[in-house]
Amino acid sequence: MIYPLQVVFILVSAVTLGAALMVVTTRNMVRAALWLVLALFGVAILFVLLEAGFFAVAQVIIYIGAIAILMIFAVMLTRRIAQDPGPQLNSTWPIAAVIALLVFGLIVFLVQVWDRAASLPPPLPQGFAPLQELGVALVSADRYLIPFEIASVLLLAALIGAIVVAWERK
Amino acid sequence: MTTETLIWLIPLPPLLAFFLIVLFTHRSKGLSHTLAIGAAFLSWLASMIVFLRAVRTPELGKYPFESSIPWLPLGEGWFSIGVLVDPLGAATLFFVAWTILMIFLYSVGYHNYGQPEGDHDRPGLPPHGATVVDAHGHPHKVPSVEPMYSRFFAFISLFAFGMYLLVVSDNLLTLFIGWEIMGLCSYLLIGFWYGKPSARAAMIKAFITTRVGDVFMLLGIAYLYSQTGTLNFRAILYNPEVLHALASAPSYISGLSAAALIGILLFIGTVGKSAQFPLHVWLPDAMEGPTPVSAMIHAATMVSAGVYMVIRIFPLLSAGSHHGELTVPMTLMAVIGAGTALFAATIAVAQNDIKRVLAYSTISQLGYMVAALGVGGFVAATFHLITHAFFKALLFLGSGSVIHGMEHGVLHTGDHIDPQNMMNMGGLRRKMPLTFWTFLIGGFALAGFPLITAGFWSKDEILADAFGHAHYGVFITLALAALLTAFYTMRQITLTFLGEPRSRAAEHAQETPWTMTVPLLVLAVFAISAGWVGIPEYFPLIGGLLPNWLHEFVSGTLLEKPKGVEFSLIPLLTSILVALGGIYLGWLVYRNLKAGEADPLEKALGIIYPVLKNKYYFDELYHLIFVRPSVWVSEVFTYLWVDRKLIDGVLHLVSELSIRIGVALRNYIDKPVVNGSGDLVAEVTKSTGRSMRVIQTGRVQQYMIMAVLGFVVLSGVFYFIIQQMGIQ
Amino acid sequence: MIPLSWYLIFAAALFSIGLFGVLSRKNAVAILMGVELMLNAVNVNLLAFWRYLAPENMAGQVFAVIVFAVAASEVAVGLALVISVYRRRQSVQADEINLLKY
Repeated sequence: MIYPLQVVFILVSAVTLGAALMVVTTRNMVRAALWLVLALFGVAILFVLLEAGFFAVAQVIIYIGAIAILMIFAVMLTRRIAQDPGPQLNSTWPIAAVIALLVFGLIVFLVQVWDRAASLPPPLPQGFAPLQELGVALVSADRYLIPFEIASVLLLAALIGAIVVAWERK
Repeated sequence: MTTETLIWLIPLPPLLAFFLIVLFTHRSKGLSHTLAIGAAFLSWLASMIVFLRAVRTPELGKYPFESSIPWLPLGEGWFSIGVLVDPLGAATLFFVAWTILMIFLYSVGYHNYGQPEGDHDRPGLPPHGATVVDAHGHPHKVPSVEPMYSRFFAFISLFAFGMYLLVVSDNLLTLFIGWEIMGLCSYLLIGFWYGKPSARAAMIKAFITTRVGDVFMLLGIAYLYSQTGTLNFRAILYNPEVLHALASAPSYISGLSAAALIGILLFIGTVGKSAQFPLHVWLPDAMEGPTPVSAMIHAATMVSAGVYMVIRIFPLLSAGSHHGELTVPMTLMAVIGAGTALFAATIAVAQNDIKRVLAYSTISQLGYMVAALGVGGFVAATFHLITHAFFKALLFLGSGSVIHGMEHGVLHTGDHIDPQNMMNMGGLRRKMPLTFWTFLIGGFALAGFPLITAGFWSKDEILADAFGHAHYGVFITLALAALLTAFYTMRQITLTFLGEPRSRAAEHAQETPWTMTVPLLVLAVFAISAGWVGIPEYFPLIGGLLPNWLHEFVSGTLLEKPKGVEFSLIPLLTSILVALGGIYLGWLVYRNLKAGEADPLEKALGIIYPVLKNKYYFDELYHLIFVRPSVWVSEVFTYLWVDRKLIDGVLHLVSELSIRIGVALRNYIDKPVVNGSGDLVAEVTKSTGRSMRVIQTGRVQQYMIMAVLGFVVLSGVFYFIIQQMGIQ
Repeated sequence: MIPLSWYLIFAAALFSIGLFGVLSRKNAVAILMGVELMLNAVNVNLLAFWRYLAPENMAGQVFAVIVFAVAASEVAVGLALVISVYRRRQSVQADEINLLKY
């Protein structure tokens, strides 16, 4: 029995994984960045399937709109690399591939032996608004205010740090 | 402020002054003496307030000012220290505070404050004078300021601290601490001019001699503590049960009660401190110190401290006495006191140094006090202690003033004569009138000039006590000593002030500055009036005009008030007679002495004179029986035989052996085993590092490969372990 | 309906691909891209667990938000470093940046 959603999931995930593979293998960096955009978009669709619409929107805005574009800028600023002639993988890539497969195998094995892995999503309660709950949770002092504020401080520190590191000293 | 708090604070200012001067202000002479005198003034003020409050308190003896804090944790409790002012303490505090303040003030002038620096003065030597060129271009020799001025004030501040501590202590231990602080200070101050060999010798002599007494005193304190478990005065001396227990407990020496043995041991401390026979030898030599120091040691503080201590422990000394009979320590005190009084007075007769005469007279007067206590005259001893402190301080400061004036003359004329030798003086009454009149008052007080002076009343009371208690031997001895006292005092006054100048220096002597004469005047007032508080009621004519306040007040210190003695004309007439007779004789013999003439006594006494002059050869005797043997023991026996031959030999043997053992250890254990294993560890570490460093490629991705690999492997291991342990 | 295991296996695959990229790419920017993929895989996991196991508990979503913030910070600092290194050495090749070598 195959549900339409399952078909959507399989298609999206296949495209996403394919795009991800292109990201890590493509020689041209600008193309790799564009493949990254595609992969991130696929993940955004999965977020929709998970009924987390806010995260899908955030994914598009932050990852695709900001991070991916930033990377394209970075690639273009370091122009010489964009047309780097040699191989784009280093000498230890076979080991890296083995390790990546090992990790994948390990996780799949764990998923296989976990008895709740096959569970289905419970229906959301009537009138449950995840986005509102999230907003309240983030600003309630007894819930996640402090982690949230610390994350914002981290962001600020990263901003200042990025400026300082990239500052061109005459 | 409560009186108790105030009493705690009394000793502190001089101590603070000492530290401040030593640490901070020693470069500034003016600041140093301001600090020291300011501190002395604060202590004086506090003492006066305490004294006034003590006088106004009825039944002070029963309810004295006392306060204590736990100080030293002991096995079964605390050793408390504290302060106590009872009638005896209050009276002592009164004269101590006055004399200390006056001596401090006097020191400013004595050390020539405000005068120029000396031409070639060096620290450790008395100032030699400075040359000043006046407006007409003539050079003048003037006295120069003491090079170690600040140090002097630091030392006497510490000295004052020791004395105040001793007076306000409520137990024998802190009293002993103050006692020893003064011992140290007297050592430092006698040797203040350490550049003089004689001063160095005198300081060592004073220290060692008093140490002999102090060791016995410490033994006595320890014995007392082991017997009673406390050293507190009130707990022992105001407690009939403890006194009775002490008096009936046997001691280590058969025939002596514990109280008697403790009393004797403590009394030996007094013998050392108050320079009683046979430990009197240090005191005349102590004249090497500056004159304020002599006054400090001989009048106000240190020697008084010795007598104060025996007066303080009088209940212990007299414990076990019934119906006026004398206990063993009292007998000892009566004999030693009376003997010292006469013995020192005879020596004083033949001395020519103005300060030495006073030194021997001090010994003699202290003997009076000890003898008075020995015959049970508690109040008389206290009385004489107070009056003596005033008039002897006056006399010493006066003699310092005379010497100072003479030094001025010596500097002016350039003659090299001893400014302390009375044979060089004469006629100073015209040059130094203030000094003369005050010295005269002090001298008459010492001689016991009837009715007017303080010394007469206190001395009369001692004689009356000795006679009244039927100790005729003591009485006659003391009376003879009083005769001699009056004689040598008048001899001193006559030689110094009367007649004509016997040297050019004496002709050019000069009156001293106000800082020196004001203390003289103040002390002169007390030298007269201090006697009026203790005029006995029975005295003919004037008795009872003034209440015998002192007797009432001081006797409150004791549990049982001592009874006054029966009036008898004999001691009264005796004391008047010996005083006047001695004074007259002294004047008669010396009034017409010319320069260069020998002492008239030399012919009159014949062979005895050199004996007196040389102080009965006690120094020589002690040199022969104590100093020479100990020098021999230390140089020949200890150094040559024991140290060089025996101990060094053993040491050399030991060192030879150790070297051999060390060499063996090094060759057979240290080098192969210890070093080898150490080197091995280092070598292994080094080679491991060399072979491991190839993985440090500097490439982040290779590091990450290792990290992830490690993560994967560890995950597998953990998974396996969890499975094995079972979450079943 | 889609079982939870599908999401988990997808996330594992995405994570492994990202890991491979991080470990094997020469270009520093590409390495950062790999890191982004790994972080996305984590986010998928977080949201999947939230949806399937505890929809009332917002912890999963909150952590996803924080991962977003961390990812943004990481990219900002990482790219700044890349540009800074490029400016010095005219290269962003990870295997040429080996100053930490023994």
